[in-house]
Amino acid sequence: MDTKELYEVLRQHPFLEGFKPPHIQKMAEMAHEVRFARDQIVFREGDECGIFYLILEGKVALEASGPGRILRISTLGAGDELGWSSLLAEDGKHFQARTLEPVRALAFDSTRLRQTCEQDHGFGYLLMRALLRVVSQRLQATRIQLLDLYAPRGVKLI
Amino acid sequence: MDSSHSCGRLPAAVELSGLAQLLECLQRRGYQIIGPTVREGAIVLDVIEKLDELPAGWTDRQEPGRYRLERRDDGALFGFAPGPHSWKQFLYPPEATLCELARDGASFKVLATGELPPRRAFLGVRACDLAAIRIQDRVLVEDRFVDAVYQERRRGVFIVAVNCTQASGTCFCVSMGAGPRVEGSFDLALTELPGPGGHLFLIEPGSQAGREVLSEIDRREAQPEEVAQASMALEKAAQQECGLETADLRRMLFGNLGHPEWDLVAARCLSCGNCTMVCPTCFCTTVEDSSDVAGARAQRRRKWDSCFTESFSYIHGGSVRLSVKSRYRQWLTHKLAAWVDQFGTFGCVGCGRCITWCPAGIDITAEVAAIRGG
Amino acid sequence: MSAPAVALLTPAPARVAAVEKETHDTFTLTLEPADGQPLAGFAPGQFSMLYVYGVGELPISISGDPNEAGRLLYTVRSVGRATHSLVSLRPGEVVGVRGPFGRPWPLENARGKDLLIVAGGIGLAPLRPAIYEILRRRDDYVRLIVLYGARSPKDLLFRKQLAAWGRLPDSQVLATVDYGGTSWRGHVGVVTALFRHLRLHPGETVALICGPEIMMRIVARQLEARGLPDSEIYLSMERNMKCAVGSCGHCQLGPYFVCKDGPVFSYQQLRPWVVHHEL
Repeated sequence: MDTKELYEVLRQHPFLEGFKPPHIQKMAEMAHEVRFARDQIVFREGDECGIFYLILEGKVALEASGPGRILRISTLGAGDELGWSSLLAEDGKHFQARTLEPVRALAFDSTRLRQTCEQDHGFGYLLMRALLRVVSQRLQATRIQLLDLYAPRGVKLI
Repeated sequence: MDSSHSCGRLPAAVELSGLAQLLECLQRRGYQIIGPTVREGAIVLDVIEKLDELPAGWTDRQEPGRYRLERRDDGALFGFAPGPHSWKQFLYPPEATLCELARDGASFKVLATGELPPRRAFLGVRACDLAAIRIQDRVLVEDRFVDAVYQERRRGVFIVAVNCTQASGTCFCVSMGAGPRVEGSFDLALTELPGPGGHLFLIEPGSQAGREVLSEIDRREAQPEEVAQASMALEKAAQQECGLETADLRRMLFGNLGHPEWDLVAARCLSCGNCTMVCPTCFCTTVEDSSDVAGARAQRRRKWDSCFTESFSYIHGGSVRLSVKSRYRQWLTHKLAAWVDQFGTFGCVGCGRCITWCPAGIDITAEVAAIRGG
Repeated sequence: MSAPAVALLTPAPARVAAVEKETHDTFTLTLEPADGQPLAGFAPGQFSMLYVYGVGELPISISGDPNEAGRLLYTVRSVGRATHSLVSLRPGEVVGVRGPFGRPWPLENARGKDLLIVAGGIGLAPLRPAIYEILRRRDDYVRLIVLYGARSPKDLLFRKQLAAWGRLPDSQVLATVDYGGTSWRGHVGVVTALFRHLRLHPGETVALICGPEIMMRIVARQLEARGLPDSEIYLSMERNMKCAVGSCGHCQLGPYFVCKDGPVFSYQQLRPWVVHHEL
């Protein structure tokens, strides 16, 4: 996709809601399209993956593995972002990301994104705000999952 | 205040002997008479066979958490306020068999139960208790589901109501619009006028059955001054220390479900459930299932229950109302707010029993005032 | 002269025709008439009081097809002594049935509209009769959307039916789990996360929700945030019940008796009461 097509795709992506044209343009200049096949690992636990993704098509699962089992704790799809933690430049990934279906996404180099935020605080504010919105939704959802609402509650049989 | 008969005549007046005749007349007609009698330091309701079983010359002193009997010097038969018993236990018994079942091969069949109550006459129903019976009629017989146990006991009851001539320290029927004058459906209504010349009872019929019974006892027409004396006695009964402001009460209570007073009263409430047992309108029940050891016969028994128990609202491994606060709030808001949504009236008649019999002396009128006070 | 039996409070015998295992802890009982006594019909969302001889009674939602006369299905999750005794019944044994009771799902209000069905855990059971009824009168409704959340893939109920419903025209079925294993390739996450996969028409949608109370409140609030009026969002509530006819007092929720004013309520009715803790 050329920058003009990238611009169009980004303009419609939910993550960029509220971004003005100059900011979308900046994103378009930093984006490049990537594709993953089914069952491909996007990043592993512990990876210092410096890429931020906006998913356009397909499904990605976040997984954690322990002795004898792998647990899927979340699935993400079109309209979601993947790898927000890379924007904060902290420890490596806590979870592994694996595609469940073929995935098409836009990838951004996190270092470049951070530098752009430093140089253009207006852009930086909008990016951080979008990130805050996403993280807050995830936190809400995680809290609800933690409640384990569907667990059986009753008098235990002796 | 005019206590004259509906068709404009003066009421009848009977003497003590006439009252004795009333009892005999009811017994001849096959009624088992339930009336007040002194037992174990309280005036309770029990089977009455003779006039001298009534608590002549007794009165009571009631305050929050306190009840004791005292002698009075005029020998009045009905000179007291409601005791721990209400007529509820005879119309809506504390225990009743819902059904009996027996194993029938792989299946079971329902057996007809033999419990049939005797025909009863209630002697001495106060205005508050009459209002309570009317409220229970609305709940148990006039709503979608007709309670057969209540209905068959209620149908045959002969009610001899009694106008109060004094209020106790916990009465507030005036606030609740439920007294002191008896209103509604009764068969006979008495007002006692103890006097130096001897006992006199003004008596008016409220039904055809009442008229028939009245026609069989010795009576004369009351004198106007006797009627005036009865009016004054009712006015005296209307002077009540306790009061509950009912204006906008439902909205006020439902709008204050988070009021700090709930925490304060919860610190005192023992959730013993006394209030629900003595309350003449409380109707919550539970069902207990049992079977004999061999499993040949099984029974379903309905028993009085109280919203104050922890298991009352048990579901999915826990109770919805775990705290005493939530249970006290449930009781009070049901009685004075939710009841309005459910049945169109308040559930409280101001009899004062819950105040008298609360071991912590909690006063429902004071609680409402505290919440209203802001 | 004997006193009349209190008919509505007396269980009528019904024979267990089958006990089908749905998941590791959830079973569906099929009841058929016993002793020639026909079983009463029901409307979707109603419940019966099931009586185990000499042991006790439980309110259980009817989970079968209301159009299949002569049978009643109940999907029961075994979580304690009482439910365990129900799921341990064997074909041929007889239980007592009272009912049906309660206000059903308001399907007639949804004529000409989309139906959004959101179920959590065992909550799909009281909604299944509504789905059967919708499919039977399919032309009365526009789209059928079913969102279903469960704890894990092995806790999903009626999987084959869900898949079949999803394949019907103008229907969308999305299932999600709180956590999954490698063999689950579907959604993982809360059921509200599935909303983004829908194109909702807020003025033209009726939502029917059933599941744990916390889940129902969250779903109702999020649907409201997406423009559905609270009068078009319905929840099925649960409380302790002894009589099921509004006379024992146990099931009260604010001014309502859940057994007769519910169990189905609109969010508009419930909102002032469910915001209070321990009401």
